[in-house]
Amino acid sequence: MNDRNEPLFEDVEGRDRPGLLTSIKTYFLRHAQVFFYSLGILWRAPFNLFMTAAVIGIALALPTGMHILLNNAQQISGGWDGAAKVSLFLKQKVSDKQAQLLANKLRKLPEIAEVEYISKQKGLEEFRERSGYKAAIKALDENPIPATLVVTPKLQHNDAKQVEQLAKQLGAYKQIELVQLDSEWVQRLYAIMDIVRRGVTVLGLMLSIGVLLVVGNTIRLAIQNRRDEIVIVKLIGGTNGFIRRPFLYTGFWYGFIGGLIALILVFVSLLLISGPVENLAGLYQSEFSLHKMDFGTIFTILVLSIGLGLGGSWIAVSRHLHEIEPR
Amino acid sequence: MIQFIQACKRYESGHDALSNVSFELQQGEMAFLTGHSGAGKSTLLKLIALIERTSRGQVLINGENTSKVKSRRIPMFRRNIGIIFQDHQLLFDRTVYDNVALPLIISGQPPREIARRARAALDKVGLLNKEKSFPITLSGGEQQRVGIARAVVNKPPLLLADEPTGNLDPDLSWEIMQIFEQFRQVGVTVMVASHDLDMIKRLQQRILVLKNGQLVGDSANP
Repeated sequence: MNDRNEPLFEDVEGRDRPGLLTSIKTYFLRHAQVFFYSLGILWRAPFNLFMTAAVIGIALALPTGMHILLNNAQQISGGWDGAAKVSLFLKQKVSDKQAQLLANKLRKLPEIAEVEYISKQKGLEEFRERSGYKAAIKALDENPIPATLVVTPKLQHNDAKQVEQLAKQLGAYKQIELVQLDSEWVQRLYAIMDIVRRGVTVLGLMLSIGVLLVVGNTIRLAIQNRRDEIVIVKLIGGTNGFIRRPFLYTGFWYGFIGGLIALILVFVSLLLISGPVENLAGLYQSEFSLHKMDFGTIFTILVLSIGLGLGGSWIAVSRHLHEIEPR
Repeated sequence: MIQFIQACKRYESGHDALSNVSFELQQGEMAFLTGHSGAGKSTLLKLIALIERTSRGQVLINGENTSKVKSRRIPMFRRNIGIIFQDHQLLFDRTVYDNVALPLIISGQPPREIARRARAALDKVGLLNKEKSFPITLSGGEQQRVGIARAVVNKPPLLLADEPTGNLDPDLSWEIMQIFEQFRQVGVTVMVASHDLDMIKRLQQRILVLKNGQLVGDSANP
């Protein structure tokens, strides 16, 4: 503009373009101001802020808490996995002596720590004691219980894959009718936990979308409430970025405070159940105690909730801001 | 500064708000835009501020064709135009000072510069003692002066006013017009839409008359 040097006011010398450094400093100063200004605006209506943040908090606490419980469950079952035993049911025609020989042979295998021989007779007695079918067993004229070798693998060979490998190897002996992995139920538990984990992930995703929509809707209302202000700012040369800024920071604060509430909820819930869990573990003579949140989880939850807050407000702002134009 | 070349504006409803309007306003010139309501005064100002775009013809502001200004650049374009509204368009949840400082914040001025210029603008309209007040506590004339201070605080070379005295009594209106006249004297181009013919005539500036969207009178080209 050619008359930029013409002073409008006698007491102000015309210095229109600040230096680059000043511009950058001013830019960050403005961001900091809007950052806290938007928090101040929210703080003026603490009830509304708390309501929205609590919705976010609860929505995030649910999958987070379940995730932590799942990790704990895995830890417990991981401990059980170590005690995996393999039961070898011998063929009916295998004699007592042959079975003893096989047991001795197996004891020499490097993967095996211990072999316990349960003879047909002993097996029958155990079954009679435990099953409660005493009368029915009396009626049998032949012992139906097979002789059994219970194999305990060495500790360094006790992960699920190696035990399975061992079971396969043992199945090759012609005296053995059936190989039964005692850890099979653990694997079933794992499979169930996999399903639950998948479920928690799906739940988490759906609740995250819910959070996105809640923040989006809240910001949409905020935009509608400040419609006049937006029009005025557009009329005096405010860029979309300038207008967007306070709403994005508002989304940030919703996410941040919602994340804090989620963490508090999870923390309190874990505290509440940790007593009974330790009680239960004590009954099983276990040292197990509930693993709480680590820093990684806390950090992830905060980043996630802030991201959802920003994302939700971004959606609202990009959908509704351009609809508001001066007329 | 302002050049209209056969400018037309047809709204989507099919209503022709302006048709074939041509005139030119030099830098440092002041002009009044008059006519009955619905004659197209507001539309003409909106074309200048790019609140609306021309349907046909051209509007050049400081040599720049407004139809070539991309939407993204409209904010930058508007920073060179001070706009004053009949209903003031102030932010009622902020102080007088904050209202006046807003254009400077938007254009990214450093804080010291903002304080200096906002106070200078308030001083210019005689409201320095009200900087901490909220607009709602001010009279209509004072509110309008806040609007003027906000419009000029960025030192725009062009000032537009749409019925700035529409709600004010004659004495206050005259005061406001005197402020505009002072800006013209320091080289600002001023365009004021008003239907207060008596006052306009007393100010002895150029007068553009609109009727049914057509320019039917121009005191500079009788």
